[in-house]
Amino acid sequence: MTTTLSMFLLILGCALVTWLPRVIPFILVRNIELPKVVLRWLQFIPVCILSSLVFQSLLDAEGKFVSLNLENTVAFVPTLLVAIWTKSLSKTVIVGVLTVALLRNFF
Amino acid sequence: MTTEAKEFKKMRETSAGDSFFQGVKDCIPTLLGYISIGFAFGVVGIASKLSILEIFLLSALVYAGSAQFIFAGLYVAGAPMSVIIITTFIVNLRHFLMSLTVAPYFTRYSALRNVGFGSLLTDETFGVAVTKAGRDKQLGGRWMDGLNLTAYLTWIAACVVGGLVGNWIPNPDRWGLDYALVAMFIALLVLNLANTTKDRLKLSLKLIGYVFAILYILSYFMPGHLAVLLSTIIAATIGVISEK
Repeated sequence: MTTTLSMFLLILGCALVTWLPRVIPFILVRNIELPKVVLRWLQFIPVCILSSLVFQSLLDAEGKFVSLNLENTVAFVPTLLVAIWTKSLSKTVIVGVLTVALLRNFF
Repeated sequence: MTTEAKEFKKMRETSAGDSFFQGVKDCIPTLLGYISIGFAFGVVGIASKLSILEIFLLSALVYAGSAQFIFAGLYVAGAPMSVIIITTFIVNLRHFLMSLTVAPYFTRYSALRNVGFGSLLTDETFGVAVTKAGRDKQLGGRWMDGLNLTAYLTWIAACVVGGLVGNWIPNPDRWGLDYALVAMFIALLVLNLANTTKDRLKLSLKLIGYVFAILYILSYFMPGHLAVLLSTIIAATIGVISEK
């Protein structure tokens, strides 16, 4: 249950660089009114960033060619189907985790 | 309208539209994700020679799943401080876009409240908030606090518990807990798409295609987290242009 001063400072440094990008937009938007075109642009961010995060998990950039990560791609199919079918976060998470656990233990 | 009906309407507006408790309730479906990933981080943290106190500090101060995993990985590999801090910054830069997307709903609140909303924003609370905003066209501060604080406290608890039992779990990979994050992104994406009109859905699906193509190409040239950020920015710009 201990830490060192340098470790504490390192954690503080990481805390600062994760805190600033989260907080600055909230302060910025309070003080300047965003142009209409930026607001329209922001409407597309949720779908784009969420799909990008999903696709990133499917890609394997380690080799010479960027390829599909087999395990995650196989797990993607039932997880997506359950998400579409149930529209439930928890059921999707359970099916996703179980599928990956199954793949890792039996294949 | 009778006074009773007015009262009822007012009650509904304040309690269903903006209540702390409703925020807590709307957070519950994501908790399974926080618990799995936080627990997995605690286990990995102990395996990476972090102490329980350090696991607690990371989850309470850095409060970002992917960054914490990368922190543990770099730390155990003996990376210099500057590398760890810069990598953490890049990995979490996407939160800037997420905050920017959510922040316009909260301009009527004080600067201090806004700092609070921003400090506790995560991928998941962002996902839940934009899903609600897509449906209701507005967000309330008390609701956001309820959502954020529930996620925050659950995350810290899950990380610490994972750290406490970490010594008895030799191979956390086998449980597939790390996939909870991806599964949550998939569900949040589907929920967001389910809320849109037909025309908008068509455009969104087209943009998702662009995201994949751009992300694939960018992955040759830059680390994954930067590729995520840049592909999002480019695809959203295509969205604005093609919407006209």
